[in-house]
Amino acid sequence: MKEFIALFIARNKEYYRDRAAIGWAFLFPLLVIIACALAFSNPDTSVFKVGVHGDFAEATAVSEFLAQPYIKMLPYDDLSRGLERTRHHQLDMLISSEGDRYWVNSQSTASTAVEKLFLNDTHGFQREEISGRKVRYVDWVIPGVLGMNLMFGALFGVGYVIVRYRHNGVLKRFHATPISALQFLSAQLVSRLIIVVVVNSLIFIGCLVFLDLIVLGSYLSLLFITVLGALSMITLGLLIASRTANEELAGGMLNVATWPMLLMSDVWFTLDEAPLWMQQMANLMPLTHVVKALRAVMIEGASLTEVSYHLLWLAVMTAIFLSVASLLFRWHKR
Amino acid sequence: MTYLLEVKDLRKTYRKSVTAVDGISFGIRPGVCFGLLGPNGAGKTTTIEMMEGITDPTSGDVLYKNKPLGKQFSQQTGIQFQSTSLPDFLTVREVLRLFHSFYKKALPVELLVDQCSLGEFIDREANKLSGGQKQRLLLALALINDPEIVFLDEPTTGLDPQSRRRFWELIQNIKTRGKTIVLTTHYMDEAELLCDELVIMDHGRIVDQGSPRFLLDKHLPHKRVCLDINGHAAALAGMSGELIAGEDHLEIITTSIEKTLAELMQREVDLSTLRVRNPTLEDLFITLTGHQLRD
Repeated sequence: MKEFIALFIARNKEYYRDRAAIGWAFLFPLLVIIACALAFSNPDTSVFKVGVHGDFAEATAVSEFLAQPYIKMLPYDDLSRGLERTRHHQLDMLISSEGDRYWVNSQSTASTAVEKLFLNDTHGFQREEISGRKVRYVDWVIPGVLGMNLMFGALFGVGYVIVRYRHNGVLKRFHATPISALQFLSAQLVSRLIIVVVVNSLIFIGCLVFLDLIVLGSYLSLLFITVLGALSMITLGLLIASRTANEELAGGMLNVATWPMLLMSDVWFTLDEAPLWMQQMANLMPLTHVVKALRAVMIEGASLTEVSYHLLWLAVMTAIFLSVASLLFRWHKR
Repeated sequence: MTYLLEVKDLRKTYRKSVTAVDGISFGIRPGVCFGLLGPNGAGKTTTIEMMEGITDPTSGDVLYKNKPLGKQFSQQTGIQFQSTSLPDFLTVREVLRLFHSFYKKALPVELLVDQCSLGEFIDREANKLSGGQKQRLLLALALINDPEIVFLDEPTTGLDPQSRRRFWELIQNIKTRGKTIVLTTHYMDEAELLCDELVIMDHGRIVDQGSPRFLLDKHLPHKRVCLDINGHAAALAGMSGELIAGEDHLEIITTSIEKTLAELMQREVDLSTLRVRNPTLEDLFITLTGHQLRD
């Protein structure tokens, strides 16, 4: 165990003393957040848009609810017009004084959230549902951005380090000591796991703060998916780096692994309309399952049980990547 | 005879056509400094790496204390490779502590710092040391588990003369502590100074083996006595031994320096320019292989 701890500490020291690498690790996500903030932020600071049909007396529960800073109230004389706007997610909720009714869009995450706030403050209103789905692109894309950052941090972080170690003889020197491949690789894995989870958590917090992300699911579920996703990506990095001592070849192999995932794993756009074979191919990529699981938890409020299909894929991939990587692993170049 | 390490019919072939080591056998007694001497490409590094357990032989055996190399071998041996990098951004002290943690039995870091003279750069980044400093650190890492046997693969290649001599002193200190040393080198002065026994290799095979003195006496029993000419040529006529006349000097090739000197004094030859040249390992290597050590 002391060997593992010493290797783990040494690897962490290498990481945080490498100013260029650590700078990039934090600069890249910061740039992503800034880009998303600029592209998707709404100057209107209200979180929820609530349409109001009819008049509500002052100092009632409804008027106090509508006065909250996170509510933007929009009056509608025409009920049907308000309903149409709610159907297309341009309103998150519509309240009518006629019959004390309210409408929410059953497929709108914002409707679900604002309804909960509304019901906390008021009583006696009759619930009506409207269907019609739309989610903000930024809510949809951020799980992809998180998954993408996880992928780059894990694959390149662990892959390049091991290939460089093999190329310059560090691995060969370790091989001449009693430490085992398992001790060495597990120290690299745990060190990188902590780094990518911490960095991704910081991006997530940044997105919450700057983009007003709506997260309907549990934070712990997101953390669990992130850890499992990072494990699958790191073990894929170990597999890619298991033999070669050529840094250029390793770079090429890492790009071959990352670019198809970037394009086919629902990071920037959905493959729902893509040919079946492409969707099946995407299922073989860990990033697909990371992104879909994160997205389901964040914008659909899914539980871990509901995303267990993706978690199972990630667990199986992690086991396969780790097993093959340990079989192929070579301490030094030949 | 009991050997600490024994090599039996060791062979290494790459891609089925390139034979790096071609069926070599020898034994290493405890406490000696054993040298593998040969030019670049002779198969020294491949041989020593098979002895270290780093490279698998194509065929043949390496026995440590009469048993195949086992898992405990790395606990009892120290290795310094020909070229090694260390993890980036770690200081000398941190590198020593890292490697210290790998062994069940390890010497105190402070003792190694003292033995290998690392104190002046103990807090400097290990990958930013000079060549001589780095070799001393790598030697300290090879000694960190107080090994019975230490493998040093061309440890002074590329070092300046001062650093080489400082490194030789460290190796001699290790010898005085009773450690067994296996050293590869292509420097004959290094081999002559440090090695008790030698294997001379060329093209993956052993050309000959024995102590440096034994090998020199066996293959080059003659010494050369040199004198500047200065009119001696006539006085030396009829001397015993072979006489070779150079442009400005004469060489008498003899098996007995004493007899030759006595004869020269008897002939009242001026001995003020007398020089005696003993054959070196380089002479031996040229004799045995027909080419220079650094070819």
